[in-house]
Amino acid sequence: MATEALRAPATTPVKPPRRRGGVRGNENIAGWLFVAPVIVILGLFLLLPILMALWVSLTDWNGQGSPFTGDVPFVGGDNYTRLFTEDGLDRRDFMTSIRNNMYYVGIVVPVQTALALGLALVVNNRMLKGKGFFRSAFYFPSVTSSVAISVVFLFLFANSGAVNKLLALLGINGPEWFADSRGVLHLLLGAVGVDNPPGALTSGGPLGLTWWDWLSGPSVAMVSIICLVIWTTSGTFMLMFLAALQNVPVALDEASTLDGASRWQRFRHVTLPLIKPTTFLVLTLGLIGSWQVFDQVYVMSQGDPAKTTLTPAYLSYRTAFRDFDYGSGAAISFVLFLIIILLTLLQRRVMADRDEPRRARWWRRRVPERS
Amino acid sequence: MAVLTDRPATPVARRADRGPRARVNRILGYAVLIAFGLIFLYPFVIQLGNSFKTEPDAAANPLSPLPDSLTLAGFERIFAGTNFPLWLGNSLLVTVLVTLGRVFFDSLAGYALARLRFRGRAGLFAAVIAVMAVPGVVLLIPKFLVLKQLGLYDSYAGLVVPLLADAAGVFIMKQFFESVPVSVEEAARIDGAGVFRTFWSVVLPMARPALITLTILSFQGSWNEFPHSLVSVQDPDLFTLPRGLADLVSGSLGKGTQYPLKLGAALLATIPVAVLFVIFQRYFVRGANEGADKG
Repeated sequence: MATEALRAPATTPVKPPRRRGGVRGNENIAGWLFVAPVIVILGLFLLLPILMALWVSLTDWNGQGSPFTGDVPFVGGDNYTRLFTEDGLDRRDFMTSIRNNMYYVGIVVPVQTALALGLALVVNNRMLKGKGFFRSAFYFPSVTSSVAISVVFLFLFANSGAVNKLLALLGINGPEWFADSRGVLHLLLGAVGVDNPPGALTSGGPLGLTWWDWLSGPSVAMVSIICLVIWTTSGTFMLMFLAALQNVPVALDEASTLDGASRWQRFRHVTLPLIKPTTFLVLTLGLIGSWQVFDQVYVMSQGDPAKTTLTPAYLSYRTAFRDFDYGSGAAISFVLFLIIILLTLLQRRVMADRDEPRRARWWRRRVPERS
Repeated sequence: MAVLTDRPATPVARRADRGPRARVNRILGYAVLIAFGLIFLYPFVIQLGNSFKTEPDAAANPLSPLPDSLTLAGFERIFAGTNFPLWLGNSLLVTVLVTLGRVFFDSLAGYALARLRFRGRAGLFAAVIAVMAVPGVVLLIPKFLVLKQLGLYDSYAGLVVPLLADAAGVFIMKQFFESVPVSVEEAARIDGAGVFRTFWSVVLPMARPALITLTILSFQGSWNEFPHSLVSVQDPDLFTLPRGLADLVSGSLGKGTQYPLKLGAALLATIPVAVLFVIFQRYFVRGANEGADKG
């Protein structure tokens, strides 16, 4: 096993070192030998498989035999067009999973970022004692196994579980979390009296789902997964904010205090601009991570109830390994890949643009603004 | 370790720390800390308490951390009625091999990328950065394909070999080696030690903090690894702990919810990482912040 990777570099042809600059020649070979195991492993189990999956996504392979023989029907872009342009179950499932994940991201990313920053600010407060303990407490869920934690949350959110017992103490009748496919936005509309959806919204809509379906909000079942994820990830991001906050010069904070700036003003105009790179990082990592939600869905809900916890990652797994439609499954994961990369680029662009105008203006004028 | 030290308060700051307003702020601060401390820790307390309960007790009083009558029935059934010992053994084996492999291969590559001058180094480093951006979850089907093709599917090799190196670990080691002064290595090299010799007996011993960080990250990562085991094996004899747990939950237990058993099994699976966390906390913190350096 391990020896295979170790032996691999020896099979690559090694040119004898050139005479001139013996050390440099040595380093050239040594350099490649040192990185060879990593190249072999990442190449073999990361890059090569991506290319293989790209091929499979253009076929109708059902898991029998090798996908690289002539017997496997080549279908071109069919697996992709079925996700976007052909009305049918494939597109409906895929779009449902996209909708579910959009609501999931829309709640998880802002809430975990705000919570992480809030916790970091409290833990960074120099007046409080015992902060070390709380910092560990907030961070601990992040290091535990996602599967083990999902088991705990299944128990917490069970019908007569801890969460519903707590809600009962407040006089609220808790839902049957994992059986409840009702969308939160639909429930809110119901609460203000809109019980029957307006016909305009149910009669049609983009990409195979009705407008009413698109506007459902996350289902009650999804909300419990959202709670779990926010609970497990906030600690890691808190540590990142904490590291950034500790780099904010004390003198700057004090100077603004002496200038009479209020606590909020100091936060808004001194702290926040200084930790902006970290905020950007936390948002990006959050965005990337929350489009990948898989373990929790696998353990807690398997996409149920009524497909409202289906996410693209889980759908791609299910399509390939349960329905044996590897071509479609691979196509879904490439679309997901694209979504994640595009979001990362887009967000980088937005953050860069926000910095850009000010700098550009400053360069053009060449005159200090306050002179 | 900037995160773990408190900066001394300056006179201005100390003045601001006194007075009634400061006291109100402090009380508010503690209230927030304790409230969130409960939110973050109480689920574990519930897990611990309920794993020692009888099934009806756990169903009736899920919030209470104390069992009506303490019972080990759940744990007995974990060891007698499930494959838990087997999963534990598999997890240990996989984790030890993956951790050893990652620490060795990642530091080799990290050292080369930081110190050795060889053609293609810049390109390779760019590739490592690019690979770090590849979302793991889109690799499920690809990994399955390549393992099948190589004949590694449903084997220990399939569980272990693909995880033996990771781009993030290479990055961490490279960053570390760049922060070490070159002079010591140069002395060794002038004394005639070869590249590997210099790396192994001079550089690596100096890299202890980075090696501990990487060991812990690798241990935690491979101990908790779930999706990889999902697509690399299907033989129940090769299940690791997370895979076995997921299997328990999805109904291999048969009748009843059996929450005390499930919570107990999840608890046992959490303990190794929890112990590691308590002992090596600052390395976990450092590991988390390596992510921040990438940005």
